[in-house]
Amino acid sequence: MDISRRQVIQGLGAGAALAATPAWAAGHSVHHGNGAPIRTGFDQVSGEVIDLMVGAGQRLVEGRRGHAVAVNGSVPGPLIRLRQGQQVRLNVTNHLAEDTSIHWHGLLLPFQFDGVPGVSFPGIKPGETFVYEFPIRQSGTYWYHSHSGLQEQMGHYGPLIIDPAGAEPVQADREYILLLSEFTAKHPHEIMRKLRTGKHYFNRQLPNWADKYPMSGAERRMWAQMRMSPTDIADVSAPTYTYLANGRGANEGLEYLFKPGERIRLRLIDGGAMSFFNVRIPGLPMTVIAADGQNVRPVEVDELQIAPGETYDVVVQPGSAEAYAIVCESMDRSGMALAMLTQRPGGRAAVPALRDPPLLTMADMGMNHGEGGGGHGGHGGAQGGGHDMAGMPMRDTALLPPDVKIGPGLDMVSMAPVDKLGDPGLGLRDVKHRVLNYRLLSALEPNADTREPSRLLEIHLTGNMERYMWSFDGQMYDAVSDVPIRFAWQERVRVKLVNDTMMAHPIHLHGMFFELVNGQSPAHQPRKNVVIVQPGASATFDLTANEPGDWPFHCHLLYHMHGGMMQVVTVMGPGDKP
Amino acid sequence: MIRHMICSLFALAAVLAGNPALAQDHEDHTGHSAPPEQPAEQPIDPHAGHAWMDQAAPAAADPSPGPTMETPPPPEAGSGPPRAADKIWGAEAMRKVRAKEVAMHGDFPVGWLQADRLELRVHEGADGYLWDLQGYIGGPTSKLWLKSEGEGAFGEATEHAEVQALWSRAVAPFWDVQLGLRQDLAGPATTHAVIGVQGHAPYMFEVDAALFVSHRGHVTARLEAELDQRVTQRLILQPRVEASLSAQDIPQLGIGAGLDQVELGLRLRYEFTRDFAPYVGVEQSWRTGSGARYARLAGEDPSVTSLVVGLRLQF
Repeated sequence: MDISRRQVIQGLGAGAALAATPAWAAGHSVHHGNGAPIRTGFDQVSGEVIDLMVGAGQRLVEGRRGHAVAVNGSVPGPLIRLRQGQQVRLNVTNHLAEDTSIHWHGLLLPFQFDGVPGVSFPGIKPGETFVYEFPIRQSGTYWYHSHSGLQEQMGHYGPLIIDPAGAEPVQADREYILLLSEFTAKHPHEIMRKLRTGKHYFNRQLPNWADKYPMSGAERRMWAQMRMSPTDIADVSAPTYTYLANGRGANEGLEYLFKPGERIRLRLIDGGAMSFFNVRIPGLPMTVIAADGQNVRPVEVDELQIAPGETYDVVVQPGSAEAYAIVCESMDRSGMALAMLTQRPGGRAAVPALRDPPLLTMADMGMNHGEGGGGHGGHGGAQGGGHDMAGMPMRDTALLPPDVKIGPGLDMVSMAPVDKLGDPGLGLRDVKHRVLNYRLLSALEPNADTREPSRLLEIHLTGNMERYMWSFDGQMYDAVSDVPIRFAWQERVRVKLVNDTMMAHPIHLHGMFFELVNGQSPAHQPRKNVVIVQPGASATFDLTANEPGDWPFHCHLLYHMHGGMMQVVTVMGPGDKP
Repeated sequence: MIRHMICSLFALAAVLAGNPALAQDHEDHTGHSAPPEQPAEQPIDPHAGHAWMDQAAPAAADPSPGPTMETPPPPEAGSGPPRAADKIWGAEAMRKVRAKEVAMHGDFPVGWLQADRLELRVHEGADGYLWDLQGYIGGPTSKLWLKSEGEGAFGEATEHAEVQALWSRAVAPFWDVQLGLRQDLAGPATTHAVIGVQGHAPYMFEVDAALFVSHRGHVTARLEAELDQRVTQRLILQPRVEASLSAQDIPQLGIGAGLDQVELGLRLRYEFTRDFAPYVGVEQSWRTGSGARYARLAGEDPSVTSLVVGLRLQF
């Protein structure tokens, strides 16, 4: 491919741009616009040439109004449906008053089309059309979103599905997309500012004298002594957020039709800026068949946790009930997104009330005395409490490797981080039914590269909740933007992520899949591009560095990424001289 | 003279910054050694079917063996900044966007303004008013921090009014050291050099302690601490203590050596939003030692009990 030519069409002058601009996108500033209404839900686009337009407008969700940035005038943006093996040209026109971009999340492509301003390309200026052009090398459930500013929070995202060149390994009678996200009437810049300047600003579940949290007085004092909160589960939550299913609030009636006995494939995508969701369908087990677009050996569960950036494909087989509720609680249980599987339009199943909010425990600070981590938690957190509180070294920097920078941006060091790929996630550790965890995932097709990794790279996830600083190895992106994580061409590396914070971080690598070191053989370690690293714990993956170029590596919580938890991964090409 | 004092203060600040014991976490690090080995991981989900092998297990049992010690990348991994996109889109086009994007991910400035106390004070004699404002602009570790407080009685000249402009530098996760100037706007015009610490002590006490050296060479200090006790999600009880100290008697300002004044307050606020919270409360203040003597000389009661009603705002 000729990549020396700058694939940007600058041709449209201001007048021409206006003439070609749809009404909903007509030149409104993201910040001050009051453009036309943005539609809820998405159309489908496919083929070899696809035109996408990014514009601003107004969203109305459950009676609340907010500014939106949308692709082709809808939130989510249109479903882009492609076929493995095809070539695609995506013409993205920017009708905003500021730069924009589209990142194709999970796609294998030349790095210059990855869509991250400042890393892969210069971004798309107002009025410009940028042409992305690359071959489709894979299949599965993916999505796309802006990587410019905080536009993703405002609605700039959509689903991207690639059908396999051959047959699907799992057959289904119907197929639906369930893209989870959030709406907020607040401007995301204001959310970022409040996170930086206010203590637990958006949290409405803080411990108080009247709460019903199963914590002893001693445990409460211990959290206060540490200057931390056991309810620090989500930085932004309801009611600031309205949780969305395909752009609709829980009361806005998203429905999927079925006939009893049909096999239905649900493609779950967490396109939220900040929200983990716990997804279940009371009365219906879900068989997980793919994770992050990659097929896995089918595993049946009753609930799963999905983090921002992750996708899961599940198959369900509804029975004779008129309707089944697809309940997607936010991890902090402040609200839910909701959809109905129903036999007829308007059918409704009972929706269970939100369960009690979970609490962090001492195990989430990396205290894994005796009983080990993960299996407890949820409510009470009795283990690790009490006797450990006095003199507990919650920031023993002697435990850190020398390449972690110690400073005000690091408020905690996990005492004894253990691998928690088997952790079902906050709030799901003590539920009575079957919950997915990463150890249950096993790649369906064997991995191409099963070499033993030649080296270990350890990266610490670090932060300061109070100052809202987030980083890798103690340094925010602005300090290490010129110091990439480097891999040699075809180098096979084991990467261990150690979480020295009390929040779960979904860590995303662009441009490549890694394989979770989850107890499977190297041939069947599941391929993913996002891994949740549980609070105070570690997660390990193997990576074959076979996609040359510069690739962002970051926490997929939007405000954590902007708070600094990002770095560039540089993979040398086959011809590159070191 | 002032310059000399400020230099001394900077020297003191350097000592402070280099001595974490003063500003660091008040945790006891002594006598607590790290666990020497990783605890064995338990199988978390019974459906996993098999126990996860921890690192202590024999290598033969590990289904996916790999290195356990971190080693540096090989020379083939290259060196230098990530500039792959420069070759395709041009170095000039990339440079500008890169600078902008880098600045947006991490250390970018934000602004904040808080009226911690904006209140009316009812006590014996003429009722009074009080303001206590602070705000900053800056990144997470370096800020310009502005403060103003003052009080007075209705119908009289303002009793006390001051503004401070401080450079605030993070020295520990929960602590900033602050250096700057304070200007007194009521009474005899006085300029002070300021060195202070502000942050959160264990148990989430909000602490603001400062040492002042006036242009007349007088040394005073002030310590404020407050604690938010959450009664419900919106109702917050806030005990507050403020102590004023002086190294010497300052007759022209009516300040006595030693502990000049102590104030104890209790305020109950209701957060309609985090940013708008009216409150009621009570405050007791005592002048002590020679401070009490100065108060009596001025015809004031050294012990004053006030009922307060006010607003706590932030933007």
